[in-house]
Amino acid sequence: MLRYTLKRLISLVISLIIASFVIFFVIEIAPGDPASFMLGINAQPETLAALKEELGLNIPKHERYLSWVAGMLSGDFGMSYTYRTPINQMIADRMWVSLPLAVYALLISTLLAFPVGIYAATNRGKGGDITIMGATQLGIAVPNFWFAMIMVLIFAINLRWFSAGGFPGWEKGFFLCLKSLTLPALSLALPQAAILSRVMRSSLLDVLSEDYIRTARAKGLNKRQSLWRHALRNAMIPVLTIIGLQFAFLMAGSIIIEQVFFLPGLGRLVFQAISQRDLIVVESVVMILVFSVIIVNFIVDLSYAAVDPRLRNRV
Amino acid sequence: MSLLKIENLSVSINSQRILDNISLDVEKGEITAITGESGSGKSMTAFAVMQLLPNGSFQNGKILLSDLNLPSLTETELCKIRGSQIGMVFQEPMTALNPLKTIGNQVAETVRLHRSVTYFEALEIAKATLNRVELPPENFPLSLYPYQLSGGQRQRVVIAMAIASEPKLLIADEPTTALDVTTQAQILQLLKDLVDDLNMGMIMITHDLAVVNNMANSISIMHKGKIVEKGPAEKIFTEMKHPYTKMLFNASNHKVNLPKQNTNNPLLEVKNLSRDYVLPRTKIFSKPKIVRAVNNVSFTLNKGERLGLVGESGCGKSTLTRALLGLEEIQEGEIRVSGGVVSKNNETSFASKKNMQVVFQDPFGSFNPRHKVSKLISEPLFLDKKIMNKEELNDLLINTLISVGLSADDKNKYIHEFSGGQRQRIAIARALIVKPEIIIFDEAVSALDVSVRAQILDLLANLCKTLNLTYIFISHDLSVVRTITDKVMVMKDGEIVESGETENILTNPTHNYTKKLIEAAPSLPEFC
Repeated sequence: MLRYTLKRLISLVISLIIASFVIFFVIEIAPGDPASFMLGINAQPETLAALKEELGLNIPKHERYLSWVAGMLSGDFGMSYTYRTPINQMIADRMWVSLPLAVYALLISTLLAFPVGIYAATNRGKGGDITIMGATQLGIAVPNFWFAMIMVLIFAINLRWFSAGGFPGWEKGFFLCLKSLTLPALSLALPQAAILSRVMRSSLLDVLSEDYIRTARAKGLNKRQSLWRHALRNAMIPVLTIIGLQFAFLMAGSIIIEQVFFLPGLGRLVFQAISQRDLIVVESVVMILVFSVIIVNFIVDLSYAAVDPRLRNRV
Repeated sequence: MSLLKIENLSVSINSQRILDNISLDVEKGEITAITGESGSGKSMTAFAVMQLLPNGSFQNGKILLSDLNLPSLTETELCKIRGSQIGMVFQEPMTALNPLKTIGNQVAETVRLHRSVTYFEALEIAKATLNRVELPPENFPLSLYPYQLSGGQRQRVVIAMAIASEPKLLIADEPTTALDVTTQAQILQLLKDLVDDLNMGMIMITHDLAVVNNMANSISIMHKGKIVEKGPAEKIFTEMKHPYTKMLFNASNHKVNLPKQNTNNPLLEVKNLSRDYVLPRTKIFSKPKIVRAVNNVSFTLNKGERLGLVGESGCGKSTLTRALLGLEEIQEGEIRVSGGVVSKNNETSFASKKNMQVVFQDPFGSFNPRHKVSKLISEPLFLDKKIMNKEELNDLLINTLISVGLSADDKNKYIHEFSGGQRQRIAIARALIVKPEIIIFDEAVSALDVSVRAQILDLLANLCKTLNLTYIFISHDLSVVRTITDKVMVMKDGEIVESGETENILTNPTHNYTKKLIEAAPSLPEFC
């Protein structure tokens, strides 16, 4: 198990190095110079050169890359070109919205998908299963911002249980913030729950037709016992994979939901930074997102090994 | 009174009759065998006794265990009986165990379900039971996972789970079909001993008449859901009455007449062939280990010769076959066909692909289900750059189909429309169509029922007469190899340990391993 963990850690570091390299150079190659964008098309060449000097854009690319990486390692992401404020402060503020939102959404989607998937698998072909499968089909087909708007209509405008958007800030109290994240998290979670419950169902159905489930029944376990003791853990591997992928999506892909609910999250930060050619902010946020995805994959890999003893001895 | 009494049991699934008015008795301390071909309903009988019939099945009749009528019990009552009074052993030891739980846990689970003991007491009982099935705790601690055990060892764990609560009745459904002959002999002996020691009744389900003959006290023969004949083991084969029993017995013992061949014209020459596999590293920076799967193998196959290759799983038979076909790199040695080098330093010539064709074991998995038979069979022809016109191709197709005993109309059908035996004929047709010098049969009759197997063996003998076939026949079944080959090679751990005339080797083996193989193989009584 130690060897397995070590190996995963090494591949984690390598992925990070490759990711930082790719992110930096892809964004640098993309057309659009931040200095000329800030000054507009009619800028004097001298002013432009001065601004480039000030922003550090005239330093050779590889040196800028190294100083960017070195900075990140010491927790310093540099200054935003547009706002002239430290990037780590900007990211930290946004992170405290995006991360809780992603975790909250993932929690809702998992808590919905597990019982629904298990119910559908154990009642295969019956009315309940068919209804659930139809509903999940709809959940996958309908985009999450549509859910968001419908929920705003019902819960914020008609029932007035939740506010339609905005984020009060954590200093105003935990439950108030949780409340303002509930509708966004729900609308992010519903399509994810639909996917996850289908995966759970099909994975469980595969496992339930395995020989060892028949063995379990022959031992004298009833259907419920053989499901809980033998089938569920075996069905977890594909489910864990999907959960890992979904977390990555929830961290990076909530731009639209953040717009709909007016949340100051990472998605909005990237969106603004891209339109203002604030390259260093884009690079840093993307790097943070990649980092969190890689960490999540690392955790998923470890949980595979926790579930499956065959993986523990593999290098 | 009998331990188990099945009275007029009928089972239908979705209104299709699977079991038809079956009556059967099982006595304490005795082994009752049920035998028959696939689809005869023998496994369904076992599941009926376990009351684990598939959804949508309807049953009629009585299954009396002591004085309990099993079909009339509730699910909760049945759960108390399964595993405690009836134990069951399955065919596939590789998949019958939960891969994520230790063997100790899985055996202890049965114990805890049926006896009020603590977790630790249950583990102690599990340890003792595993010891009883010859998995001593010194070598097989309870903390092992199934993937760390071989097939035979896993089957022992399954048996341990079945007997952990000392059931009155043990059902073994093809318990040794997936195992090697030597392992099979050990498992059969173990089952026999357990029946004696625990005074259990046992239902033994198998398609192999030879296994039945060596094991059972009484035998029931099933055909299409009915028991066509039953009786004590000593008598059933000497006093066969039902034509199906006779057919089954003759088919299991089927002998073919191969035409004589005495040319001395080397067709395939293999010299000092070796094949290495690189194992995954065990430590990150260590050198990976290398396993020599085929070690220094040399042999010559003359034109018209039929060569058998026998050995247990993992001995390197399949690796050797793939190397011959050029599907595997070889590390050392040389393969020549008709004097031309086929494979040297990992280069496989095109000619060799045409000269050697193969027929695989699984008639269900080795065809693309979306292609018609005509395409399936004619595909190897496209190896050849020579372009045939449509009529030529059609004639060749039809002739080949007829030569393997199929009809011209079959070329427009899809593969799912054929039975296992017919599929194997199609596989042979696919191999024959390019007129190869050599055909390799890789366990080509192992998945077939005995009666179908007999037909395919006849077909091969026939093709030998008409086409003067040269082939390598790989099999674990010595009785088949005996009748269908002239020469045989015995393989163990990647090496050929013995080779020579088939009849000679199988009657007077000199190598210990060959002797062991022959001894372990169950046999049918010699008469008729």
